[in-house]
Amino acid sequence: MKKRSLALLLVACLVGTVLSGCGDSSKTETPKDRAAANTINVALPEDLDDSLDPHKTVSALTREEMFNVFEGLVKPTPDGDLVCAVAENYKISEDRKTYTFTIRDGITFHNGQSVTAQDAVWSIERCLPPADPDSAPKDPEIFPVKALGVIEKMEAVDDKTLVITLKEPSNEFLSYLTLAILPRDYTEQDTAPVGTGPFQYVSRQPQVEIVLEKNENYWGTPAQLDKVVYKVIENADTMLMSLQSGAIDLCSHLTGTQVSQLPTGFHVEEGTMNLVNALYLNHAVQPLDDIRVRQALCMGVDKQRIIDLAFDGYGKAIGSSVYPAFTKYFDDSLTNYYTRDVEKARALLAEAGYPDGLTLKTTVPSDKKQYTETAEVLASQLAEIGVTLEIQPVEWETWLEETYYGRNFETTVVGVDASNMTARALLERFVSNFRKNFINYNNAEYDELFRLVQATSDDAEQTRLYKEMARNLTENAANVYIQDLADLMAVRDGLTGVRFYPIFVMDLAGVHYEK
Amino acid sequence: MKKKKINGFLLTGLLIAGFVVGCIVLGFFWTPYPPDAMEAGAPHTAPCFAHLMGTDKFGRDIFSRVLRGAGTTLTIGVSTVALGTVGGLLIGSLTGYFGGTVDAFLMRVGDVLTAFPSVLLAMVILSVLGPGSKYNVVLALGLVFIPTFARVTRTAFAGLRDVNYVKSARLMGASSPRILVRHILPNIMPVLLPAITIGFNNAVLSEASMSYLGIGITPPEASLGYMLSEAQGMFARDPWYALCTGFTLVLLVFGVGLIGEGLQRRGREVF
Amino acid sequence: MKYAVKRIAMLLCTMVVVSFLTFAAFHMISGSAATAKLGTEATAEAVEALEEAMGLHRPFLVRYGEWLLGFFTGSLGESYQYSMPVAQLVAPKLQVTLCLSIMSFVLIAVLSIPMGVMSARYAGGRLDAVWTACNQVGMAVPSFFIGILISWLCSVVLHWFVHGQFPGFEQNLWGSLYYLIFPAITISIPRIATTSRMLRSTIMSEMQKDYVRTAIARGNDRSAVLWRHVLKNSLVPIVTFLAQGMAEILAGSIVVEQVFGVPGLGRLMVASINNRDLAVVQALVVIMAFWVVLSGTVADIINQRIDPRLSLGEGK
Repeated sequence: MKKRSLALLLVACLVGTVLSGCGDSSKTETPKDRAAANTINVALPEDLDDSLDPHKTVSALTREEMFNVFEGLVKPTPDGDLVCAVAENYKISEDRKTYTFTIRDGITFHNGQSVTAQDAVWSIERCLPPADPDSAPKDPEIFPVKALGVIEKMEAVDDKTLVITLKEPSNEFLSYLTLAILPRDYTEQDTAPVGTGPFQYVSRQPQVEIVLEKNENYWGTPAQLDKVVYKVIENADTMLMSLQSGAIDLCSHLTGTQVSQLPTGFHVEEGTMNLVNALYLNHAVQPLDDIRVRQALCMGVDKQRIIDLAFDGYGKAIGSSVYPAFTKYFDDSLTNYYTRDVEKARALLAEAGYPDGLTLKTTVPSDKKQYTETAEVLASQLAEIGVTLEIQPVEWETWLEETYYGRNFETTVVGVDASNMTARALLERFVSNFRKNFINYNNAEYDELFRLVQATSDDAEQTRLYKEMARNLTENAANVYIQDLADLMAVRDGLTGVRFYPIFVMDLAGVHYEK
Repeated sequence: MKKKKINGFLLTGLLIAGFVVGCIVLGFFWTPYPPDAMEAGAPHTAPCFAHLMGTDKFGRDIFSRVLRGAGTTLTIGVSTVALGTVGGLLIGSLTGYFGGTVDAFLMRVGDVLTAFPSVLLAMVILSVLGPGSKYNVVLALGLVFIPTFARVTRTAFAGLRDVNYVKSARLMGASSPRILVRHILPNIMPVLLPAITIGFNNAVLSEASMSYLGIGITPPEASLGYMLSEAQGMFARDPWYALCTGFTLVLLVFGVGLIGEGLQRRGREVF
Repeated sequence: MKYAVKRIAMLLCTMVVVSFLTFAAFHMISGSAATAKLGTEATAEAVEALEEAMGLHRPFLVRYGEWLLGFFTGSLGESYQYSMPVAQLVAPKLQVTLCLSIMSFVLIAVLSIPMGVMSARYAGGRLDAVWTACNQVGMAVPSFFIGILISWLCSVVLHWFVHGQFPGFEQNLWGSLYYLIFPAITISIPRIATTSRMLRSTIMSEMQKDYVRTAIARGNDRSAVLWRHVLKNSLVPIVTFLAQGMAEILAGSIVVEQVFGVPGLGRLMVASINNRDLAVVQALVVIMAFWVVLSGTVADIINQRIDPRLSLGEGK
């Protein structure tokens, strides 16, 4: 009898918990509450980097979100231009070697400290490449920006004036000054970052959430939302459920499949991911060192079919390592340089000595569905030209170590981004001795073109040369280029003002509830 | 009356599992469409006569894929159990029959390993082996299952070590291997067979969980577990995908589970 | 006393063995915490310098010895991925998972015992057959799929809770507990099935014993005998079985936390393995092993109370 009463007691406790929980659950936040409080919840597909120090940022996602917190002397616009940010204005001397920046009057960091030219000097110096490239870096977590090596000297003339002198003129130098300006004597940048952007960092719980608040003292048009809460939701399917249940108001980087299942109350905004998605080929291994084989692969692929099947038609086909948002350098005639032609592809393979086809291994980061699915369609298309594509899924860490650093692969399906808005960020990668040239592209003409680009100071000439480099990649079938993915964003109805950029950032400053 | 009941579970289980396995075996030789052929039908087709379970987003025939995927699942389940049973039998029979310090030591090691969440152990092993391939999944799960089987067989062997017919066999000069294989092994079958069916089901379900966590089978190979975790992401759009794969998976495990239940009841000779 | 020494020795051994195995496993996996942290932008020099700074350069055994020393002096080290002490990172997540495990455990114990007893009481009847079939179905559905069906039904259709909005214990204790009920149900379903099935067969064999036959033959009410005597005598193996289930509950929580977006140990574990965050994985592995061994010990003690004839440590 005692046992029974004990069991009853337990059940009663449980029911009590449930009921009291029910009473409380009405207090959980609803989308309406958030609209009233002028805040939004944004889904993050993975946690941000450990360090939120912008000079140590590794993942594209961290860079994308912390765009709202940090600014450089200049900052990019949605059109791909640069406007002044921390600097109020700048002058470039006649010989294009001396830049004089004036720091904006009254601009402060989020901690209330005012921004001085000394802060700017410190911030830029922090990211200078070491004079001796083989020496161990001062702080291995800070990424030196190689392009800043062009600086001869930097001087803070007074609190408001910064003069930078270059070794030689450079058209791209300004783009690199989007580098975040940080307070120089602040030591907690890793955990409590401080910048000058429209939002300021409030708090963080690892793997749970990151909270940003409106910067009340912003120098420009202030953010319209009062608060942004990033919620970490690693599982893509779980994420869809959270959208349906009302936990999330805004979510970017959705797939076409997810978009087709969005519940009512959401609309879709479409931008581009700004990633060069391709089947990257390792030029150092046989048979991919043979241009005929590479061209055959290009001809075996129907890009539009891949976009239709794996991405529900969202995305834009590309033909070289420049994506369409880069209007200045994008050459649309390269997109369909190779069209699918099974006969010709087979003939090329036969000519290269593979009349019976061949087998290639392709390494794919297994946690990124867009790549595994692209690989699946590629395999089925290439099978028709007699190429067996063996898909080898690997973990992201393994991919980094073996494929990216180790360059130990035959082919790999991945998307490559640009860290800033220069063609250099995309195209320098394939210069034969560049450390990021993971495909081992080795083309004398290409290297020469890159040397010329660096030497010239004429903008039109430089643009022409960059386009020439892109054409060189296409003509030599450097990689099997596929597409720039669409960036599909689900936005709760009633929210507007999302702006898309030609680089991988998410600008929330303009997002607001419609009145 | 009572006798009939046992056969009820065993018979239903054999019928269901037999049907599913029959379909799978058929799938090894023939599927309505090649399982990997894209655009076998229009993408996102609902079930119809041409496509019994509809098509997925690539226009692949789901029925063909389910047949082939179930084949992978079956292969994984069977090989894992085979690995676990053989390993477990070797360790369990020797330690159980001979006893001693080795026995005590191995059982402690087994305690440690069974104290550990199996998915976690498989995850760590897979991280070392590298995920994705069928063989690595089998190896990881098989290693995880060895201690469980070892324990089951050890207990059974230890129990039979001193029964009269074994003793008399020993007196008659039978060698140890002979006693183990000829005299004890057949007699532990009533314990071993249900353990095998449970092990099979655990293997299939663990593989499904691992696929969901992204460390099990990865494309182009597909198991039912992988397909189910893929399908649940499209539940609102193509519900039949999740339902058909889920149903097949549950049917297979359910059938084998019933067989186990039947064997267990018969083995205990209670009912 | 002897029992306590034996158990503690067993606990320490378990922890040392699992931590060593984990350490060794991480030694063999490709990719290090340094490459994970530096991503695609790293230079070989930077990786090398960071590995040096993290102390990954030193021999394997030295590092393990150091970790062990730290562990026995009460320090779990620092996370490579998140620059904070492991204890600080793990503590809030441990609360969540502990809570989830205990809730699942209570559900299993409370529901499976009456179900097992009823099933045994009416053994051979229709109720028993239906229940056995239900059990088999409960055990046949992969746990993530049960989780998805439950969250779809209870969150999207019935609006009983907001999926993906776990409030956190500090902010809303009752709300958090309420949220955890749904994952707890998901974890317990297959386990309730196995436990009640196990209970059924234990009771069935107990029912064959002479004292039960005699009691019933003497005209005692069948149900009363069942609840008063048989159940009591079947409790020992049940308690052991329930305690062994702790490992499965933890394993279940790894998957179910993903499905429900609960920030617990399981999610941290998956992320830490991916990030090669050895210090965190070590801590989690040790905590889980501790938790499992502890529940086994508690089961032994309870069993000894139930049946004083059992000497501690001799039970299975």
